[in-house]
Amino acid sequence: MTSDTPEKSLSLKQRFDRWMIKHGRVLVIGIPYIWLFLFFLVPFLIVLKISFAMAEYAQPPYSSLFDWIEEGVTVTLNFGNYLFLLSDSLYATAYLNSIRIAAISTVITLLIGYPMAYGIARARGSVRSILLMLVILPFWTSFLIRVYAWIGILDREGLINAFLLWTGIITEPLIMRQTEGAVFVGIVYTYLPFMILPLYSTLEKMDVSLIEAALDLGCKPWKAFLKVTLPLSMPGVLAGSLLVFIPSVGEFVIPELLGGPNTLMIGRTLWNEFFANRDWPIASAVAIAMLVFLVVPIMWFQHTQSKQEERQS
Amino acid sequence: MLVPEAVLDRAHEDVHKTQPWNNPDAVPYIRFENVTKKFGDFYAVDDVSLDIYRHELFALLGGSGCGKTTLLRMLAGFEEPTSGKIYIDGVNMAGVPAYERPTNMMFQSYALFPHMNVEQNVAFGLHQDGLPKSEIRTLVSDMLALVQMTKFTKRKPHQLSGGQRQRVALARSLVKNPKVLLLDEPLGALDKKLREQTQFELVNIQEKVGTTFVMVTHDQEEAMTMASRIAVMNEGVINQTGTPFELYEYPNSRYTANFLGQVNLVEGVLIDDDEKYAVIKSDEGGCEIYIDHAVQGHRGMTFWAALRPERLRLTKEPPEDTKYNCVSGKVEEIGYLGGISTYHVRLASGKRIKVTEPNSTRQIEPRYTWEDPVWVSWEAGAASVLNK
Ligand SMILES: Nc1ncnc2c1ncn2[C@@H]1O[C@H](COP(=O)(O)OP(=O)(O)O)[C@@H](O)[C@H]1O
Ligand SMILES: [Mg+2]
Repeated sequence: MTSDTPEKSLSLKQRFDRWMIKHGRVLVIGIPYIWLFLFFLVPFLIVLKISFAMAEYAQPPYSSLFDWIEEGVTVTLNFGNYLFLLSDSLYATAYLNSIRIAAISTVITLLIGYPMAYGIARARGSVRSILLMLVILPFWTSFLIRVYAWIGILDREGLINAFLLWTGIITEPLIMRQTEGAVFVGIVYTYLPFMILPLYSTLEKMDVSLIEAALDLGCKPWKAFLKVTLPLSMPGVLAGSLLVFIPSVGEFVIPELLGGPNTLMIGRTLWNEFFANRDWPIASAVAIAMLVFLVVPIMWFQHTQSKQEERQS
Repeated sequence: MLVPEAVLDRAHEDVHKTQPWNNPDAVPYIRFENVTKKFGDFYAVDDVSLDIYRHELFALLGGSGCGKTTLLRMLAGFEEPTSGKIYIDGVNMAGVPAYERPTNMMFQSYALFPHMNVEQNVAFGLHQDGLPKSEIRTLVSDMLALVQMTKFTKRKPHQLSGGQRQRVALARSLVKNPKVLLLDEPLGALDKKLREQTQFELVNIQEKVGTTFVMVTHDQEEAMTMASRIAVMNEGVINQTGTPFELYEYPNSRYTANFLGQVNLVEGVLIDDDEKYAVIKSDEGGCEIYIDHAVQGHRGMTFWAALRPERLRLTKEPPEDTKYNCVSGKVEEIGYLGGISTYHVRLASGKRIKVTEPNSTRQIEPRYTWEDPVWVSWEAGAASVLNK
């Protein structure tokens, strides 16, 4: 019995193996936790702390929360930043606008992405991998460059206007860039793969004979889709929608480059507070509030996902 | 056909009712007319013509990939034939989509809807017909009672065992009272013991409801136990159609003989024939084989004699008449199975013959042992003669 072997007679390797068997699990699980702690939780706490401070002309540009006086430490929490967010309607408008734009973009992305994912999932093997490759291909170019490309397409002197003017359909160039429509185009274009991929993976896993069974039992094809395919692909719809919705809410680059001056989104507000006004505490409060807005859907998503997995196992 | 007249010629009223395939006036319920299905250049089903009658439990039997499922799917409307016609109850099915066909299918994977419970699964097809709710409820509960699943109505498919899922799948396809029920390997996913038990249940249910069943299976025992008639398929072609009895006793080819049960095939040449008998000389079998009926062919033609192991006799002494139907050899392998024993006997020609003997009396020690010289012999009627 190896467990009876006295410790001394063990080689270094055997000791290491024993240690790994005992603690390996903790180590493997521990690494991502340490990562999350260092690069997510600590920055989050710093931002949280700043959001309770006051702006100062100093280095760093905010007051300290902790004061050391004779008896000990006093903590001064300043809720003023959050109250300020409530008092100025600009912030509420920006939040609501972000959510509205993100929600509409998500629905458009879903409407475009679902048929594409369905088509890919039903394609023959060789065609399928080519189509999947095409979906992933844009990731190989910088996101920023791709959004700039859209400027070239939508601009006053852009491709579309040039073409339409050349054909004579219009005589005055259309204003497409710096509108909300351009923001939708940008978001839908950018986040479409995040919708297609989870949808594809649920649709691809689905047994085709389920649809045949529905047809066999008297469903017309569209009804078989509504009664069988759609409900069974809901996990993919949910995953895709959240993957599009959550980053869209905080999107900064797309509204900045494609949107007009009136396209108010929370990402832009945040940027302005931080870099233009240099008001770190307000910027932090905006960020924390946005996080709270986003954490709720994430938690809900995780909750439904784990329930789904429970049901499947 | 090599089936003697006597077998086919039992055509009187009774037989016409229970064996409509022997009644020349009977109208087939399902008819395949020269049906071919090509996938690319590959013939999955090749010029199949087949008649199936009402109330039959018909089995398509064949090895994996021989086109059974494809044939069934063409009946269900999931595949269109490349050429040929399919009729159900006199109606040409060309262009009729699956959802309008009078067939229902029980899928090999069962294909139960995972997001619906047992009751909803079974009611699904009835809802498509727009039946009133109360009627649906009655039909569903009757059907669940028939398959003994009343206790599990609220369970989801993943909460059921394989056997229970099989019952739900059967109930779901049968509740719409189709003209034809199609079953693709209905028992394939069950373990052996459950499979044997379910075979009889399925036959009982079929007799109770009277629906015409067309079943696909690769298991010859299952087909023989359940089916009224069997079509033996090979590489997209139907080799032979008949009752289990006809196929076992009068196979038309070496393929069928081999597929149903076990058989020794010995090659030989026709050396003597007459209206009443024929003699085949077999070098492989090391003897002359006497057949007690005429065979179609001329002298010098090659035939195969099919000898079922259970029809062969094993003796230590030579039989009285050694002119025909006997050959000597050595016991090479013994399989003692309790109820029966199987022996492999090596002949002088090198051919191995399999013999099974019932152990109908208790022995003090095994009758034969390895290397025992033995004689294998059989009755004049035991061998079937095959020409392909
Ligand atoms: N949709 C299809 N496309 C191409 N080949 C197919 C298709 N369906 C079946 N086949 C081929 O046809 C042959 C018969 O298949 P099938 O009818 O499923 O056989 P089985 O007798 O095992 O049920 C197989 O070789 C299979 O590979
Ligand atoms: Mg099959």
